[in-house]
Amino acid sequence: MALFKKKKADVSMEEAMYMETQAQLIWRKFKKHKLAMAGMIILIVLYVVGFFSEFFATQDIAKRSTTAISMAPTKIHFVDAEGNFSLQPFVYGLKQEEDPVTWRKYYVEDTTQKYPLRFFYHGDPYKLLGFIPGDIHFFGTPQPDVFFPFGTDLSGRDLYSRVLSALRISLTTGLVGVFFTFILGCLFGGISGFYGGIADTVIQRVIEFLMSMPSIPLWMALAAAFPTTWSSLQTYFAITIILSLIGWTSLARVVRGKLLELRNEDFVTAARVAGASDGYIITKHLLPSFSSYLIVNVTLAIPGMILSETSLSFLGIGLTPPIVSLGVLLQDAQSINTVSMYPWMMIPGLFVVIAVLAFNFVGDGLRDAADPYK
Amino acid sequence: MRKYILKRFIYMIVLLAVMSVFAFVVIQLPPGDYLTSYIASLQQQMGEVDESVVLNLRRQYGLDRPMWQQYFLWMRNMFQGDFGQSFQWRQPVKTLIATRMPMTIVLSVITLLFAYAVAVPTGIYSARHQYSVGDYVASILGFIGLATPSFFLALILMYYSNRYLGLSVGGFYSPEFQNAPWSFARLWDLCKHLPIPVIVIGLASMANVIRILRATLLDELKRPYVVAARARGLKENKMIYKYPVRVALNPIISSIGSILPSIVSGATVTAIVLDIPTVGSLLYNALLSQDMYLAGACVIMLTAITIVGTFISDILLVVVDPRIRLQ
Repeated sequence: MALFKKKKADVSMEEAMYMETQAQLIWRKFKKHKLAMAGMIILIVLYVVGFFSEFFATQDIAKRSTTAISMAPTKIHFVDAEGNFSLQPFVYGLKQEEDPVTWRKYYVEDTTQKYPLRFFYHGDPYKLLGFIPGDIHFFGTPQPDVFFPFGTDLSGRDLYSRVLSALRISLTTGLVGVFFTFILGCLFGGISGFYGGIADTVIQRVIEFLMSMPSIPLWMALAAAFPTTWSSLQTYFAITIILSLIGWTSLARVVRGKLLELRNEDFVTAARVAGASDGYIITKHLLPSFSSYLIVNVTLAIPGMILSETSLSFLGIGLTPPIVSLGVLLQDAQSINTVSMYPWMMIPGLFVVIAVLAFNFVGDGLRDAADPYK
Repeated sequence: MRKYILKRFIYMIVLLAVMSVFAFVVIQLPPGDYLTSYIASLQQQMGEVDESVVLNLRRQYGLDRPMWQQYFLWMRNMFQGDFGQSFQWRQPVKTLIATRMPMTIVLSVITLLFAYAVAVPTGIYSARHQYSVGDYVASILGFIGLATPSFFLALILMYYSNRYLGLSVGGFYSPEFQNAPWSFARLWDLCKHLPIPVIVIGLASMANVIRILRATLLDELKRPYVVAARARGLKENKMIYKYPVRVALNPIISSIGSILPSIVSGATVTAIVLDIPTVGSLLYNALLSQDMYLAGACVIMLTAITIVGTFISDILLVVVDPRIRLQ
């Protein structure tokens, strides 16, 4: 009560622990879980880099180079050909040579051209997030067509910049999709659990129906239903809505289960007697009491969305070029040719794996941290 | 128990019916139908197409009736065994699906069996030797299987098995056995081609099952009855398999109902990448060319596999768990 609130300075450490909120307790336990902390750091890095992808990239994602087609990742050197060590890393320029037997062209480092790499150099102009103009890039060299950390693709576009841009789209698709899933799941789970009866039975049947369907054929059918005239932003949102339309079921089940447990508790009866409306009881009292389960479920649903979006885009019925997502990038890596001759084109797949793993670790850590019985 | 089975059976029929409506609606969603693209290509070839030709075509394909009439016509034909005509392949849909259905079912079933056959022993081992090296290796493999998109894994496995093991990849059979009559050599060839799809599709489900089994078994092993059994001198192995594992298998069996849909989904994507002729890849091509009857039939077939599988898993659960029997 406010009358007896002690000032922070008056409280000793042991007492402070008793006054911690639920969030603080969960965070304290979460910090002990090393794998989850690593996952969270990775996720923060990925999201920041993806969000400001134009700043972290080395060049524009649509810029094609005619001199650097299907090139392997550029090697960064600290020691040059004469054996001099320099603290500032550099890359060599490239010469194109031809294999005398197969006549295949390949690139060789030209040790006469050295280009040092720096932080915060002025490079290609860009519009951060689409509307903030700028031209400072995080790391690289102002010389064009030289520095390709992840190599280039068949059209000579820098894969590193495209991967960063793709990260933004893929990762936010997961978040937006999960947002809709959260709303749908809470809505239907709430109605089902709180009111019970006929609404419960109907919604339960619908949930069972949706869960017993194979998702990818249905997504394919739904995604193929888009008119091709829609703008990329519209398809983007439509895809996320579709993903969440079939994905809300597990969250609804959790919400329903918890509500069934909790709706007979004393505090709910007390609130009702005091005159609170149903909506008020659900949002102000019930939902916060199992919010930890909600958060865990939502966190573990995001990687599923990312994987689904990647699969759909890879098949060509999700996001399509010119939007760049990790699935779209992997489309270029589809053939055996790529796997054997240009293996760096599969790096977007590596990022998918990393992102999904990180989310899984964080979700597992949150689940362990939120469990009051451990 | 008989009443329960009957109830689930009726429920399965209802689900299939609802699925068919859903499939039909979804197929009708794209604006225009096959005829619009067909007429467009006709116009390209022959110049202006007469209005009456268009009307005749529509009537012939039954596309001028209202939606619900088309649906019932479609359902009635399906029950008589006529699944319609595929516009794209110019063959009855029935033949197209019938050639691919057996292998689709076989692939899904083998993947399911493989996933469980590997996951159950691994999960039990992980739980009994918690925090050991084997446990960590299993967890890591499980996570990788969970996180890697199936097509990506398929590509990598395909390349490496071709390069380092010399296996011919892609499809169910090598070119020389494609149309050959059945023989042991052909069967062996099929077996050589199956591992990659099965591993790719099954890895994610395997990871899930290992996780569930490990967590449940860990909970069970702490119970007093386990301690009591050990104290009474029961051999460790026999005791573990007879009591805690049996309890831990319950959630596993009930999870078949949710794992089978994901296997069928994964099979679809993998089949497209590995160029395996299954119903899933047929669906993909049908959707791309808006081949309505084919796409609808494929969706129904795929969901039918899942629903029947779920039904079988419900029966299995009843058999294994006496608590449900007594309800």
